[in-house]
Amino acid sequence: MPTIILFAPLLGAVIAGFGWRLITEKGAQLVTTGLLFLSAILSWIVFITFDGTTQHIELFSFIVSGDLETSWQIRLDRLTTIMLVVINTVSALVHLYSWGYMAHDENFEGNERYKARFFSYLSLFTFMMLALVTADNLLQMFFGWEGVGLASYLLIGFYYKKPSAGAAAIKAFVVNRVGDFGFLLGIFALFFLSGSIDLDTIFQQVPQLAQITVPFLGLEVNAVELCALLLFIGAMGKSAQLLLHTWLPDAMEGPTPVSALIHAATMVTAGVFLVCRMSPLYEFAPDTKMFITLIGGTTAFFAATVGLVQNDIKRVIAYSTCSQLGYMFVAAGVGVYSVAMFHLLTHAFFKAMLFLGAGSVIHSMHHEQDMRSYGGLRKKIPLTFWAMMIGTLAITGVGIPLTHIGFAGFLSKDAIIESAWAGTHGGYAFWMLVIAALFTSFYSWRLMFMTFFGTPRGDMKKHDHAHESPRVMTIPLGVLALGAVFGGMIWYNVFFGDHQKMTQFFHMQSAHVEAQTAVAQDEDHPVLAEVAEGDAVAAPGEAAPSAHEKPDLAPTGEGAIFMSADNEVIEEAHHAPVWVKVSPFIAMLIGLGVAWLFYIVNPALPAKLAKGMPALHRFLLNKWYFDELYDAIFRRPALALGQFFWKKGDEGTIDGALNGLAYKLIPALARLAGRIQSGYLFHYAFAMVVGILVLMFWVVLTGGSQ
Amino acid sequence: MQNLLSIITFIPVLAAIILAIVMRGGTEAADRNAKWFALTATSVTFLVSLFLLAGYNPNNTDFQFVEQTKWILGMNYKVGVDGISLIFVMLITFLMPITICSAWTNEKRVKEYMIAFLVLETFMIGVFTALDIVLFYLFFEASLIPMFLIIGVWGGRQRVYATFKFFLYTFLGSVLMLVGIAWMFAIAGTTDIPTLMEYDFPSMPVDVLGFSIPGGVQTLLFLAFFASFSVKTPMWPVHTWLPDAHVQAPTAGSVDLAAILLKMGGYGFLRFSLPMFPVGTELLADFIMWLSVIAIIYASLVALVQTDMKKLIAYSSVAHMGFVTLGIFSVNKQGIDGAVYTMLSHGFVSSALFLSVGFIYDRLHTREIAAFGGLVKRMPVYAMLFMFFTMANVGLPGTSSFVGEFLSLAGAFQANRLLAVLATTGVILSACYGLWLYRRMFFGPMLKESLKAVVDLDLREKAMLAPLVIMTLLLGVYPSLLTDIIGPTVANLVENYHASLAAAGAVAVAH
Repeated sequence: MPTIILFAPLLGAVIAGFGWRLITEKGAQLVTTGLLFLSAILSWIVFITFDGTTQHIELFSFIVSGDLETSWQIRLDRLTTIMLVVINTVSALVHLYSWGYMAHDENFEGNERYKARFFSYLSLFTFMMLALVTADNLLQMFFGWEGVGLASYLLIGFYYKKPSAGAAAIKAFVVNRVGDFGFLLGIFALFFLSGSIDLDTIFQQVPQLAQITVPFLGLEVNAVELCALLLFIGAMGKSAQLLLHTWLPDAMEGPTPVSALIHAATMVTAGVFLVCRMSPLYEFAPDTKMFITLIGGTTAFFAATVGLVQNDIKRVIAYSTCSQLGYMFVAAGVGVYSVAMFHLLTHAFFKAMLFLGAGSVIHSMHHEQDMRSYGGLRKKIPLTFWAMMIGTLAITGVGIPLTHIGFAGFLSKDAIIESAWAGTHGGYAFWMLVIAALFTSFYSWRLMFMTFFGTPRGDMKKHDHAHESPRVMTIPLGVLALGAVFGGMIWYNVFFGDHQKMTQFFHMQSAHVEAQTAVAQDEDHPVLAEVAEGDAVAAPGEAAPSAHEKPDLAPTGEGAIFMSADNEVIEEAHHAPVWVKVSPFIAMLIGLGVAWLFYIVNPALPAKLAKGMPALHRFLLNKWYFDELYDAIFRRPALALGQFFWKKGDEGTIDGALNGLAYKLIPALARLAGRIQSGYLFHYAFAMVVGILVLMFWVVLTGGSQ
Repeated sequence: MQNLLSIITFIPVLAAIILAIVMRGGTEAADRNAKWFALTATSVTFLVSLFLLAGYNPNNTDFQFVEQTKWILGMNYKVGVDGISLIFVMLITFLMPITICSAWTNEKRVKEYMIAFLVLETFMIGVFTALDIVLFYLFFEASLIPMFLIIGVWGGRQRVYATFKFFLYTFLGSVLMLVGIAWMFAIAGTTDIPTLMEYDFPSMPVDVLGFSIPGGVQTLLFLAFFASFSVKTPMWPVHTWLPDAHVQAPTAGSVDLAAILLKMGGYGFLRFSLPMFPVGTELLADFIMWLSVIAIIYASLVALVQTDMKKLIAYSSVAHMGFVTLGIFSVNKQGIDGAVYTMLSHGFVSSALFLSVGFIYDRLHTREIAAFGGLVKRMPVYAMLFMFFTMANVGLPGTSSFVGEFLSLAGAFQANRLLAVLATTGVILSACYGLWLYRRMFFGPMLKESLKAVVDLDLREKAMLAPLVIMTLLLGVYPSLLTDIIGPTVANLVENYHASLAAAGAVAVAH
C-alpha cells in the first residue's frame, strides 16, 4: 500500500504532463486529483491501522559504490505515517481547490494552455515530498529534498511572464541550494565517519561517534555535533529559518494554492521533519540543539515582527509561516520532537486553510492582494470569512487555559511554549516565543479586521463584483477547518500529553523499557526482553557503566523518535508553573486587544504610530534589510569576481602569459591557414590520415588472422 | 568474434574511405546520400558495439576482447577494454549518430564534413581501446586532426584563432607526453600498457639541476603525462582554449569536443598516471585537487557573467571537469567511480546543451543571451527539454550528473575535508548560472520582434534529444547499470594503487 501511495502522484504527474493533449486539460485535472485522493485515503488507512513497528520496503538499488550502498526503499514508521497524512490530505484538497482557483487565470492569454502543466507540477511536488518522507537513507531523502525544490521552483515561476516571479523562483532555488550545501556535507561527513548513509546503521553508531572528534576546517569538533550541524543547515534552507529565510516571502509570487501546499503545509516543514527523523543524532549533539533552539526562537520573533507591518495578505501569512516554523524548531531543539511534529501537523491544517482562504479572498477580489484595498468583506464572502476565522482562532491559540480544550494551535503551540520553558529553564527562546505569540495574535487579527471588517476601501468596482468562491474551493476549506478545530484535541495525548501513549504511538525506546531489558539480559531471560514493550535491545558495549545516573540509551533505529534517558523536558513541561502555561494565552489576548484598538476602534492610530517611529517602521517594512545585505555581500561580489576572473584572469593573465609565444605565432600560422580554405591543405591532411588508417586496417585484417 | 573491437574501431573509417572514393560530392543529392551514408555507418557501429557490451564480463578485471598483432616498424597493435574504457567506447558509438544528425543542416562541403566525423570516430574509439602506448599516442594525437579541421573549416567567424589556440595547447602538452613515453620505453623496455601498469617505475629521489625531486622518475613521468592530460581535460589554468574552441566550433563539433575529447584527459589519468606512477600521483594529488577546486569555483563564477550562451556552457564544462579531476585524485572508490560517472554523464548532458544551443542558433543566428527572452511561449517543447538539461547540469538528484557529483564529492571528503567543502560550493554556483541563463532565455515577456515568429523543435531535433533524456534519467535513477560495469575495474585500480604505493614505501616519502 505505501508503494501505491508513493507512486500514484508520480503517475498522475506524468500522465498530466505528457498526456494532456490526449485526455484534454479536464482529463489531466481529473486524473491528478483522483490519484491524489486515492493516495490520501490510503494514507489515512495506513495511519490509523499502523502499529508502530518500523517497516522497510525495498524497491530497487540506487547508488552503489564500494561501502556506499543505497537503495530506493520505503521506511514506514510513525513519523512517515504522520507526514503521509499531512502531505496527501493537504495536497488532495489543494488539487481540488485549484479547479476553481486556476480556472481563468489572467496571467495567461486566452489560448494558452496552463492547467495541465499546473496540476502536473502539483502532483510532481507531492511525489517528491513523499519520496523525502519515506526515505530510509539520506541519499533518497536528498533526492526528495532537491526534488521538492525543483517543483517549488517551477511553481513559483509559474507566471513566467512576470519578471518578479522568475526572480523569486531563482532565489528560492539558490537559497535552498545553500542549505543543501550543508545537507550534502552532512551526508558526506556521516558516510566518512560511519561508513554508511543508511538511517538505522547511522543511528546505531551515534553513541560511539559522540566519543570522538574529527578535524574539520582547522578545528577539532565532535563528530556527532558536526554532522548534526551540517544537516541542520540544510533544514534551515528548506524551512526558511533566519539567515536563509529570504526566499520564502518572495515565493508568494506563485499561485496561492501552491503557497498553501508547498510554502505552508508541507515542503517548508521538511527541515523540521529532518531534525525529528534524525533525533537519535541530535540527542547526542547538545550544542547543535542549543543552536537550533536559538535560531528557532529568533526566527519566530523576527518573522513575527516583520509580519506586523506587511500589507500584502499573502506576505503576512508567509511571515507567519516562517515564524511558526521557528516554533517547531524550538521544540525540536529542546528535544521534544513529538511536539515539533504535533505543531507541524496542526499547523499544516490551519495554515493551509489560511492560505486557501486568502486565495479565496484574492480570487473574489480579482487578484487584488493588498489588504489596504479590502475591508468589509465579511458579508460578501461569508464562507471564506468563517474559514479564515477558524484559521485565525487556531493560529492565535484560542482555547480554555489550563485545560486541553481548544483550537488546534492552542494545544500544539502551548505545548511548545511549555517545553521551551522547561528546555531552556525559562530562557531566551521561551521569551521569544511568548512575544512572538503576542505578535502572531496581532498580525492575524489585523489581517482579519482589515479584510473582513470596517468599510470597503480601494477600487469599488472590485468590491462590487466580489463574490463567494465556487464549491470546489470552499469544500477544501471546510475539511481543513475540521482539522484546525479538532486536530489538537484529538492528538494531544499521543504527541505530548500522555507519556505512556506517546511512547506507544511513536514506538519509542524508553529509559524505562531499556532498564528492564538490561535487567532481563543480565538475568539471562531473553524472553522477557522480547516481551518488553518497544522491543528495544541494548547495543553491544552499552552495558559499560556510563557517566549518567540513568542507564544510557543507545539508539537502535527502532521506533520513529529517539529520546535519550536524561531527556526529561516533557515531564518538566507538564509541571510548568501556571503563569508559564497561561502566558501564551495572555499574550494572545493582548495582541487581539491591540489589533482591535488599531483597526476597529481607531483606524487612524496605526498610521500615527508609524509616523511616530519612522525608522523602526521602515526597518520592519524592509524585512530587517536582509535582501539588501545579501545583495551587497554575495551577489555583487560574485558577479564582480566573475568579471574579474574572466577579463583579467582568463583573457589577461592566462592567455597573455601562456599565449605570449602563441600570439606571435598565430598570425604566421593564420596566414598559412588561409590555405586551408583553398582546399589543398585539407586534402593533404586527409590523404595522410587516411593513409595511416588504411595501413593499420590492412595490418589488422591480415595480421589478426595469423 | 575475436576482432570485434577492431571491427567497431574501423567501420567508421571504412565508411569514410568509401565515401571519399566512391561517392561524388557537390550536388544536393550527393550531399543527402553522404549524410545518410554516414548516419548508417555510425548507427551500424553503435549496433555492433552492443555486442561488445553484451559480451563484456564486468567481474573479470582483466582486459577483455584483447587483440594483438605485430605492426609496422616493430610496433605492436594491441587493443582491449576494461570496464572504464568500455563505457567510453559505448558513449562514442552512442553519440556519433546523434552528432551526424546534428550536422544535417550544414550545407558546406557536406561530404568532407561527414568524412571528418567518421574518421574522428575511429580515432576516438582507438584512444580508449589502445593497449599499446605508442598506438594510444597515435590515436590521441590523430584525433586532433579531424577536430582541427572541423573547427577550422566549418567553424564560426574567428575559427582560425580558435583552431590554432586549440591545436597549440593540446599539441604542446602532447609533446611532453611523447618524451615521457620514450623514457618509459627506455626504462621498462616495453610499450605494452598492461605490462606497464604493473611495472614499478623507480621512485627514489633524483637530482635535477641541483633540486632533489621526491618520487624521482615517477614524479617526472607523472608530470610529463600531466602536461598533456591537464590541457585536454581541461584543468585550470590551461582551460582557456576550450571556451574559444567551443564558440567557434560548429554544433556537431562542440558535441564531440565536450562529450568525448575532453574525457581523454580523465581517461588518461586513470589509465596511465594512477596505475603507472602511484608515487608521483600521491605526491601531487593534493596539488591537483587544489587546481580542481579552483577550476570549479573560478569557472562557475566566470560562467555567471558570460553573455554568450555557448561560452557559458563551455565554462560550466570546465567546472564539471573540476569535479572529475577532484574525484580521480581522491584515489578512492567513491571518488573514481564518481569521476567516471561524471565524465559519462557530462557526455550526455553537455552534448544535449550544445545541441540545444545549436537549435536556437539555427533559428535566430545569435547566441547572445540578451537577444532572447520569453521563449517558453513560442517554444514550449524546447523550453521543457532545456529545463531538463539545465537541471541535469545543475546536478539535480534523479539525473545522472547528481550521481557523479555526489560520488566525486563523497570521495573528496574522505581525502581532504577542506577541499570538499570548497568544491561543494560548486552546487550553489551551478544553480546560479544555470537558472539565471534559463530565466533570461525563457521567462519574462516576449518583447523582441525577432522572436515572435520562431518555431518549436521539429521531429529531427526532438529525436536527437530523446535518447539523451532517456540516458540522463535512467542513469540518474538506476546508477547500477553503470556502476556494475565500472565498479570492479575501479575497485581493482584503487587496490593496486594502494598496494604498489605501499610496496614503494612511498607513504613515508609523501608525508
